[in-house]
Amino acid sequence: MKLELRGITKRFGQVTANDSIDLVIEPGEIHALLGENGAGKSTLMNVLYGLYTADEGVIELDGIVQKFSGPGDAMAAGIGMVHQHFMLIPVFTVAENVALGHEPTKALGVIDLAKAKQQVREISERFGFNVDPDALIADLPVGVQQRVEIIKALSRDAKVLVLDEPTAVLTPQETDELMEIMKQLAATGTSIVFITHKLREVKAVADKITVIRLGKVVGTAKPDASTSELASLMVGREVILTIDKKPAAPGKAVLEVSHVSVLDDRSQRMVNDVSFEVKAGEILALAGVQGNGQTELAEYLLGLRKSIDPEAKTTINGIDISTASVREVLESGVGFIPEDRKTDGLVSEFTIAENLMLNSSFKSRFTRGLSINFGARKKIADELVEQFDVRTPSSETLASKLSGGNQQKVVVARELSRDVSLLIASQPTRGVDVGSIEFIHEQIIAERDAGKAVVLISTELDEVLALADRIAVMYRGKIVGIVGPETSREDLGKLMAGVTA
Amino acid sequence: MSDVKKNEESMAQAVKEILSGGLTRTVLSVLLGFLVGALFMIGSNKEFIEALGYLFSRPSDALGAAVQVVSEGYGALFRGAIYNADADTFEKAIRPLTETLRLGAPLIAAGLGIGLTFRVGLFNIGGTGQLIFGMIFATFVATRLELPFVLHTIVALIAGIVGAALLGAMVGFLKARTGAHEVILTIMLNYIALYFFTFLMRNPALLQETRATGNPKADPAAETALLPKLIGDNYSLHWGLIFALLAVVVFWWLMERSTIGFRLRMVGFNPDAARAAGINVEKTYILAMALSAGFVGVAAANQSLGVAVGVTPSAHANIGFDAITVALLGGSSGPGILLAGLLFGAFKAGAPSMQVIGVSPEVLGIVQGAIVLFIAAPPLIRAIFRLPAVQNSNALGAIRKRLFSRGGAK
Repeated sequence: MKLELRGITKRFGQVTANDSIDLVIEPGEIHALLGENGAGKSTLMNVLYGLYTADEGVIELDGIVQKFSGPGDAMAAGIGMVHQHFMLIPVFTVAENVALGHEPTKALGVIDLAKAKQQVREISERFGFNVDPDALIADLPVGVQQRVEIIKALSRDAKVLVLDEPTAVLTPQETDELMEIMKQLAATGTSIVFITHKLREVKAVADKITVIRLGKVVGTAKPDASTSELASLMVGREVILTIDKKPAAPGKAVLEVSHVSVLDDRSQRMVNDVSFEVKAGEILALAGVQGNGQTELAEYLLGLRKSIDPEAKTTINGIDISTASVREVLESGVGFIPEDRKTDGLVSEFTIAENLMLNSSFKSRFTRGLSINFGARKKIADELVEQFDVRTPSSETLASKLSGGNQQKVVVARELSRDVSLLIASQPTRGVDVGSIEFIHEQIIAERDAGKAVVLISTELDEVLALADRIAVMYRGKIVGIVGPETSREDLGKLMAGVTA
Repeated sequence: MSDVKKNEESMAQAVKEILSGGLTRTVLSVLLGFLVGALFMIGSNKEFIEALGYLFSRPSDALGAAVQVVSEGYGALFRGAIYNADADTFEKAIRPLTETLRLGAPLIAAGLGIGLTFRVGLFNIGGTGQLIFGMIFATFVATRLELPFVLHTIVALIAGIVGAALLGAMVGFLKARTGAHEVILTIMLNYIALYFFTFLMRNPALLQETRATGNPKADPAAETALLPKLIGDNYSLHWGLIFALLAVVVFWWLMERSTIGFRLRMVGFNPDAARAAGINVEKTYILAMALSAGFVGVAAANQSLGVAVGVTPSAHANIGFDAITVALLGGSSGPGILLAGLLFGAFKAGAPSMQVIGVSPEVLGIVQGAIVLFIAAPPLIRAIFRLPAVQNSNALGAIRKRLFSRGGAK
């Protein structure tokens, strides 16, 4: 079945998540949708799956225009979707999960479980899935659960299979197995839309690659395109943000990290024996394609994760913080702008003023004994709102009422107004409008010029090039190279793809 | 609900938030609750049912019977709970009001405790167990120690708070350490506490009364430990009310003004952000459970030291569970819980006089339940009264989201 999306546009209020996207998927094709988080890939697929209705544009299957009012319609039309987070019922067996929603029935509506099992067995054998229909979902490893999702889609005669970030939850071995399955499915004529931001996988499995950035298709490529080419398509922007900045005047080392290895929640080693140092008055950028250990490294630096390597040592201004709690790290003079402001940076039910004292609620300028010093807080909040140009009716406005850019300014204001010697800024401008990006960049440069050490973690090449004094490129948990800011995009792209010079 | 500020501008803001946050809805829910109660009174009324038989020939009879039973029923509630106009002296006439205050006091204190956990994103079903633990401690001090007047009461009160807080802290500790869910823990501890209490009161060496009758019962609190009467010996109203009111003030300061409450609320709204802000979320859960149970402990002391009769296993008077409804109705805010506690106290005070005129006092239980049902289902209330949808950010909303949205409590 040939799937065609034409001019799909989807807006959420002011934000355009998809901007007239065209996409053609031929039968039996593995089509990779490549893009950073928030590029609009998932929105596009939710439109395709009937979860969202497009504001503009049409979906055609074999030349016939489709109107999906829900996933049921999409499924009936032959579109199957495997979500990043599985939609399986853990206490049900594989067969029960596959049957759920369109159960084969005998007389009087009794579920024909034998038939459901038979169906699972058939599909499983046809593609060598090796899935036992009687196994409980809860007992299965994640990779097998994913296969159950695929069987579920195939049992509903899906001709187009959408896999949303399927490898995000898999181990490398499971990933390889999944890619084999994808190839087999494609060989039998199933079209596959493969959403990912991992270049290696795309190159290994895709027939065609469409790169999406900020809701637009920015290019298509063949899988034989070089990884660095793909990387720069994915993160590169046409408009180059330039910022006037003086050459760095690095002082003594503020942050020293040696031999750090960190596991993620799935016990995968995401940071592998990383060592680096950051001096006062310089910005070190940790660049790389998303998912190469930057997030975990940032969480380690804050004290949210511990190193698995007992050799690991981290010091700030000579003070060992290897085993310190988050509070101790913060109080030793670290400012932290988290990657995801909504979950980690702000309490959206709190006012701006409350959010500004979020990590200074112990003994600080906001407190008087055990009480909050409301007068001081209001004064400080009003000043910071003014100084950081937060567009809001008042400092008593709830954070949830602010736009993304203004929310981020609140986070930046909080961290920069504390007396810190090290600033860790993780994706400081993600999902932020252009005006705020410029402002936040200026603030980060100002911090550097004031003699603070700055660690910038960013997947945006432009941001890295605009701000960094030194660039450490991370690939698969390791720093594969530390280079100067004059390095060309091509060379950086190569490093980000793991090609060491 | 956010902080109430000193100056007028923020007072206006606070009032606006309370209104948009659900005061209208709360009042409407209470009214609807009474309406549901009225329907039950009518439905169970003999004259009304008889009049139904000839409804179409003389509908006024059925209607008249309905109006009469409802006005008599709620009239009795008013007489029993607020002001008895039939009484011959003013002193007797306001007696019901003092009873409402007396019975409302422990509900307020315990309601504060439950409300506190709501604000931290926890659900403390263990009010009963914590109350009983508080009573064990307070009763021990009140019956087995000899201390001078005033000091004895204060030590017993503190013992009640500590006893309850210990059990609460244990729940928090188990949750933080093992990940056990606080709902399961507290429910099970309710049974353990209740039967432990009974066990203690069956053994004269422990808490059983000295002239043992074989029934599980403790000695009355020593006279030095009894809560003194508040407005003379003609009324049973005692200092428990003052302690409950003090608890409201402490709660308000703690949750709205103090940095401790700031962190508690932060954890309640967004534990991830709290963790990134350097808060030890697990310790906060322990603290929250201990503080919550501590407020319940005030109610425990009230039960142990309020009357000069020895406590029995049923002395918890279901306050631990009623407190959940009080906290929900009060929107987990200090002033809200004060009002909700007084309302439910009025129900308790008024129930006997309803029974006297032949209206089953269980109707009041239905009213209570209905009120909370309506509170918990804002879309229903909005549909009935065609209210606009409000974006509420208050603690109640957060709890409701946790409990009633798909997926249920975490």
